[in-house]
Amino acid sequence: MDIDTANDTAVEKIMNARPILKAVATARDVIPGMKDNLFLHAGPPIEWARMSGPLRGAIIGAMLFEGMAKSEAEATAMVERGEVEFDSCHHHGTVGPMAGVTSASMKVYVVENVEHGNKSFSNLNEGYGKVLRYGAYSDDVLKKLHWMNDVLGVALADALAKSDGLDLRALIAEALHMGDEGHNRNKAGSLIFLKLLSPLIANVVKKAEVESEILQFLGDNALSVLNPVMAACKAMTDAAHGVEGSTIVTTMARNGTDFGIRVSGLGETQWFTAPAEIPVGLFFSGFTQDDANPDIGDSAITETAGIGGFAMATAPAIVTFVGGTPKDAMNATLEMYEITTGESKFFTMPSLDFRGTPTGIDVRKVVELGITPRINTGIAHKNAGVGQVGAGLVRPPLAIFEQALLAYAEKYNL
Amino acid sequence: MSVIKWNIRAGAYYDSVVLMQLQRGLVGLPGIIDAGVVMATPANRELLLANNLLPDDANANPDDMLIVVKADDEKSALDAIDKVDELLTRRKSATVSEDFRPRSLNAAARQLPDANWVLISVPGRYAAGVAREALDLGKHVFLYSDNVSLEDEIALKKTACEKGLLVMGPDCGTAIINGIGLGFANRVRRGPIGIVGASGTGTQAVTAHIHNLGSGITHAIGTGGRDLKSDVSAITAHQSLDLLSRDPETKIIVLVSKPPSADVATGLISAAQATGKPVVIYFIGYPSPSRRVGNLHFAISLSEAAEIAVRVGDQESKNIEEPPVANLNLRGLFSGGTLAYETMIGLQAGITPLYSNAPITDNQLLKDPLKSEAHTIIDLGDEFFMVGRLHPMIDNDLRIRRMKQEAADPEVGMILFDVVLGEGSHLDPAGELGPVIKEIRDKRPDIEFVAMVIGTDDDPQDIHSQIEQLKESGAEIFRTAAETVEYISLRMSKNNKQKYAPVNLEQLKRPLAGINVGLESFYESLITQGAQAVHVEWRPPAGGNEKMAALLSKMKSKK
Repeated sequence: MDIDTANDTAVEKIMNARPILKAVATARDVIPGMKDNLFLHAGPPIEWARMSGPLRGAIIGAMLFEGMAKSEAEATAMVERGEVEFDSCHHHGTVGPMAGVTSASMKVYVVENVEHGNKSFSNLNEGYGKVLRYGAYSDDVLKKLHWMNDVLGVALADALAKSDGLDLRALIAEALHMGDEGHNRNKAGSLIFLKLLSPLIANVVKKAEVESEILQFLGDNALSVLNPVMAACKAMTDAAHGVEGSTIVTTMARNGTDFGIRVSGLGETQWFTAPAEIPVGLFFSGFTQDDANPDIGDSAITETAGIGGFAMATAPAIVTFVGGTPKDAMNATLEMYEITTGESKFFTMPSLDFRGTPTGIDVRKVVELGITPRINTGIAHKNAGVGQVGAGLVRPPLAIFEQALLAYAEKYNL
Repeated sequence: MSVIKWNIRAGAYYDSVVLMQLQRGLVGLPGIIDAGVVMATPANRELLLANNLLPDDANANPDDMLIVVKADDEKSALDAIDKVDELLTRRKSATVSEDFRPRSLNAAARQLPDANWVLISVPGRYAAGVAREALDLGKHVFLYSDNVSLEDEIALKKTACEKGLLVMGPDCGTAIINGIGLGFANRVRRGPIGIVGASGTGTQAVTAHIHNLGSGITHAIGTGGRDLKSDVSAITAHQSLDLLSRDPETKIIVLVSKPPSADVATGLISAAQATGKPVVIYFIGYPSPSRRVGNLHFAISLSEAAEIAVRVGDQESKNIEEPPVANLNLRGLFSGGTLAYETMIGLQAGITPLYSNAPITDNQLLKDPLKSEAHTIIDLGDEFFMVGRLHPMIDNDLRIRRMKQEAADPEVGMILFDVVLGEGSHLDPAGELGPVIKEIRDKRPDIEFVAMVIGTDDDPQDIHSQIEQLKESGAEIFRTAAETVEYISLRMSKNNKQKYAPVNLEQLKRPLAGINVGLESFYESLITQGAQAVHVEWRPPAGGNEKMAALLSKMKSKK
């Protein structure tokens, strides 16, 4: 077995995957293994007792949304009686930003990788402020969720049903040339998304004021496209999982307590985890580093696929996250070439003379050089329901890559 | 009749500027009349249509990149389509960010793709690993680090050889490539002299002296001190001699080393002869056979080596145009003991292994005087052969029998003999030897004969007629031992087959661009000299975690 060849195969799969946004559908109808009392969450699997504030809040909110419980106390009691189940989104082809909580009745994006045939899913983005993904579950949060499910979700489902699907690989490539890196900045991508959806939505929504409301909601939210982009990245990296002998990372995800990774040549549900670190970054007014929750969310799937923090060189507008100057942004990307195997054929960066983004994290390189992946991230308040308090940079603990290497050595008798 | 070919890249977004550039690149290819590269939006399709570049069957979506070429013939069109990826990834400049310090050789190589050298000065225990990576990336290595194991050195040099790369070192302090000093080096002007040095300060002394004498150098290649020991068998020195011999700028070569192993010295001398250029050799403390053998000059000090190199200039050196001897081995059949001895002294520098019944050193002793081995010089006047027999200067019988015996050996390519004329000697040796030579050469045209004729035109045998008869039988004639040795050395040295993939001369002559791993001052020195360079912010693998590092190295070797 030649590790380099296996890794090249895995990285080719990541790059050649062609994620198409095909549909919006109800989770229970499309997500494999989904059931009414199952709640998917971001990051590696975790039990209730160890969950952080935002994740617990989001689960309570989802139970209220599903109508399973009438109050926080009732929901908590049900959880403690073992009446609900939890699992990692990743075990079901799913990703979600922040808490990433996805329940059976929620509408989800359905992305199909038409190159390799696998599918991935992601919930709809709620926008800013008090939102479920940060653990908020007040009445207005739930009201918005219902609107998203019953109005927005239905419109999107009908609109997409009338199209051949939206090519997300092309969308990401174009957005990277417009100042997005695809994780913390999705302004350009969200506008492209709106541009592509608008005529489709206009065709299926009868009432002008509803149409207006939907377009307004999508247009106001610079993160509209984040969830489909994450699902696209999930479809790309899932295609690369299970290549015998490969040391390429296929998942990086956090549940607010632990940071976990999975590796292509190792098991499907084999996670390597360590306590998640608290992101360092810039805070909205009134908040400080002390308010920050440990790292949370599946959005590091973007870096796993070669964009986000890895494509900083192409996003000069947000260089303040990495030190302040465009040169720092350039160096951030150059550093990621150190630990990756390939350069994307489709995602290129004008500032680096159209060099492809660093793609395919090799566990060996991470351990050898002691360089961990750079992840751009939003920062959640440590208390449920407060919301986003800032944005910044985080790196996974080196220890999980060392664990992965040891597990690899064991599996392959090294 | 033109041909249109097209290709669709589904879901590949490129900015229109990139596409226009690709289009221009395609039009520049041989046989291409026109090309169109667009994202296949309706507007762009119309544009192609207007230019007669839209094939009817090209079903592309607006998200797809559509590439169309119109060419003189089908092959040109298909070749152009094949070039698309190359044109798309071709970059004008290396993306060197001046304040970005890569941590790995890999990243450094991607940052400075033109780099052809890697300078390594990390602690010895890590140096071989870094050198191996450099060779894997196809780079030459300047290995300053010491404490690299002998096994590692041999393995690295063998790998380098197979790839046509140089490993200078370990423990190589000095080199000058293309006018750029690596490690410790003096500022020396360019000139016609190339250096191969197994000693850093020795190379510095010679190059500095050459400069001070008004001349200059092409390249000074360091080999590291152990290269000329038997274990390593001078792999780098051999590669370097071969390289400099092919470099038209290098007119003279200087070879400097601390005392080499005897077998390595003969091999190198022989290779030096084969270069066909004047080579000045200074093996400190090694007994030189003479001051000059053919194109070789043996110096007695560092400064003299420089002086000879400058003096020789590009004077014409003796070069034998004839092809190498067909078979490997030389047999010398002498009637004169001293002539045999002097011939051996001259030949032993470059021809090995050499045996004799009258050896210079004990290890040259021929086991059985009646049976030659490898290269053998026999003194037929030795007591052993004299029992109950006339001296071979008077009686040719023994020599004739031995000539026939040698000629029966398929590995023999050259038979050397002396003819000593004068009072007391046989009156017509050529009359007896000539027909025998002819007879042998009729059967074995691959065997060459060389005769060393000692005598005067007053001698009773008529030296001119003797020489004529021998020439007519097919022998090459020389009048002194020195000339004989020179001729044989040059003819036999050409038999040294190049064992290695040759080092690419054109690549060596490209402007030096280096990746430095280790001492930062070496990087600064490259930059000061105007070379392109990247410094690697090197740290021990896995931060010095031995367990992880061992595992990683296992995974690297697992192919």
